[in-house]
Amino acid sequence: MASSHGTPPVFNNKVIAWIDHRLPIFSYIEKEYHTFPTPRNFNYFWNFGAIATVMLVLMIATGVVLATNYTPHVLMAFDSVERIDRDVPQGWLIRDLHMNGASFFFIAVYVHIFRGMYYGSYKAPRELLWILGVVIFLLMMATAFMGYVLPWGQMSFWGATVITNLFSAIPVVGESIVTWLWGGFAVDNPTLNRFFALHYLLPFVIVAVVALHVVALHVHGSNNPTGIDPKGPQDTVPFHPYYTMKDGFGVVVFLIVYAGFVFFAPDYMGHPDNYIPANPLVTPAHIVPEWYFLPFYAILRAIPDKLGGVLAMFGAIAVLFILPWLDTSRVRSATFRPIYKWFMMVLVVDVVVLGFCGANPPEGFWVPLSQLATLYYFFHFLILLPILGKIERPLPLPPSIADSVLKKKAV
Amino acid sequence: MASSSIPAGGHSDPTRRDFLMVATGALAGVGAAATAWPFINNLNPAADTLALSTIEVNVTPIQVGQAVTVKWRGKPVFIRHRTADEIKEAEAVPLSALPDPQTDNSRVTDTAKKVRPEWLIMIGVCTHLGCVPLGNKPGDPKGEFGGWFCPCHGSSYDTSGRIRKGPAPKNLVVPEYLFTTDSLVRIG
Ligand code: HEM
Ligand code: FES
Repeated sequence: MASSHGTPPVFNNKVIAWIDHRLPIFSYIEKEYHTFPTPRNFNYFWNFGAIATVMLVLMIATGVVLATNYTPHVLMAFDSVERIDRDVPQGWLIRDLHMNGASFFFIAVYVHIFRGMYYGSYKAPRELLWILGVVIFLLMMATAFMGYVLPWGQMSFWGATVITNLFSAIPVVGESIVTWLWGGFAVDNPTLNRFFALHYLLPFVIVAVVALHVVALHVHGSNNPTGIDPKGPQDTVPFHPYYTMKDGFGVVVFLIVYAGFVFFAPDYMGHPDNYIPANPLVTPAHIVPEWYFLPFYAILRAIPDKLGGVLAMFGAIAVLFILPWLDTSRVRSATFRPIYKWFMMVLVVDVVVLGFCGANPPEGFWVPLSQLATLYYFFHFLILLPILGKIERPLPLPPSIADSVLKKKAV
Repeated sequence: MASSSIPAGGHSDPTRRDFLMVATGALAGVGAAATAWPFINNLNPAADTLALSTIEVNVTPIQVGQAVTVKWRGKPVFIRHRTADEIKEAEAVPLSALPDPQTDNSRVTDTAKKVRPEWLIMIGVCTHLGCVPLGNKPGDPKGEFGGWFCPCHGSSYDTSGRIRKGPAPKNLVVPEYLFTTDSLVRIG
């Protein structure tokens, strides 16, 4: 099988051969997902791209079914979601799959991003692949934010108010942008309507960007835990059946954990205030976004200035776009970067600390803590990475992927 | 791009063809922008949304020291019947102590230029990120400056609704309003 790559496949089935001659989809699948030479040394971190793809499909499937019963109107949205939960056959299941699916989609993507950072997958020639990934991340955030507005509970309404108001920090045109987003003078029916339209649209835009992401991936192939390029057939295995099976296994394990939440703790990651219908005259005592936004929310609040806070929050994502050029080290994998390896773990701790800061009211020691953690976040990307690449002495790289795997086996 | 039509080795003076290319391109650009505009403008507030823009409130039942919240354009509006102490406190603040300097008088003047220091009318929306500050109900925290306190990110407003502390950049906004009689106020 491995040897078949390079030669065009021959199809015995006449129908398939007929179609493939006119529209080579079968050749494409054969080449990109069957014989595709893939590094033989993937660890389980390499499962999360497939897992994220499965979650995306699942979100679209459950979302379209939800939309058949959902009513995007301020007077009916909350009740229509309650009706889905209580009266619609299996509505509770579809809704809980969708609600928790968003969280698990983010879990998968956060692990996937960590993998990319730890193993240096953003480095040449994969910069555009990485940038497309950051674009997907931004689109996901926009989609999830607008989805959370749809049930029209208190957190939906006030989350929408706070987040749309971020744009009012932009000098001169800010206020007009906010009115334009709202379609009125406050978050109201026109806002709910357009958010529903966009919430339906954006996932399909994500599908398109994911397609580009995969095309870019298949130009140079996957990175791997050693970060060195495959040097020949001894370093790779065909994608199918090796990684279709390994990905399949990872997906099933992930879905078991996900199903555990869906069936036993569907509201664990949500906020009880969102079961109170939206009231534009009363703000809940403590507004928090969904957990996957908490680190960024903490950065927003860490800066005691409106425009500054907004810039820092968007800046926290913007640095990811230029990460390939901020990291000056020529070694990809942290396995061979004795100092970077530890700083990468510190960054993970830092982001988790930011998450806790975002979940707690901005009082007492949470304020200086979130400021410190924000400072460290930017320090990591803007100062540490450029300098570290120059001064760190990497460990010797193995001569090839095959060598590294076979040596490990022998020990 | 137009230069590709010039034979290799030819001179590169602009030709009639170059001019036509640029002119056509420019016109297509203008056309695209003109076509995009309705799509963008479509998201602006509609006529019926704009039409909901005035309300009338009878202020007689509001006792001295009390405040009410009414809804205008989907937002809360605070109407506070201020006590003599609150007015004195607001007037005594030097402008230099204010992040967004405004005299108390300028915030209690209606569109007919009549000053009524006892009536403070403001949009009850924090100028930081849009939460509704606390302070209108009797048991609410009023913040360090005796006016309003926004629980979202901790902004404090004084008895004139001016920002004194916290991330909010501006004072609470005073909408246009007019006392049509001593007891009836029209907002908007
Ligand atoms: C990228 C994929 C998607 C993400 C991350 C996402 C995220 C979300 C989130 C976080 C909610 C709020 C759940 C709750 O608290 O109740 C939601 C609700 C909703 N979404 Fe999605 N969604 C996605 C795709 C879709 C698609 C493709 C549709 C198709 C129309 C859809 C339709 C809906 C509907 C109707 C609701 C309201 C019902 C409800 O709140 O359960 N979603 N979405
Ligand atoms: S919205 Fe009031 S302090 Fe942030």
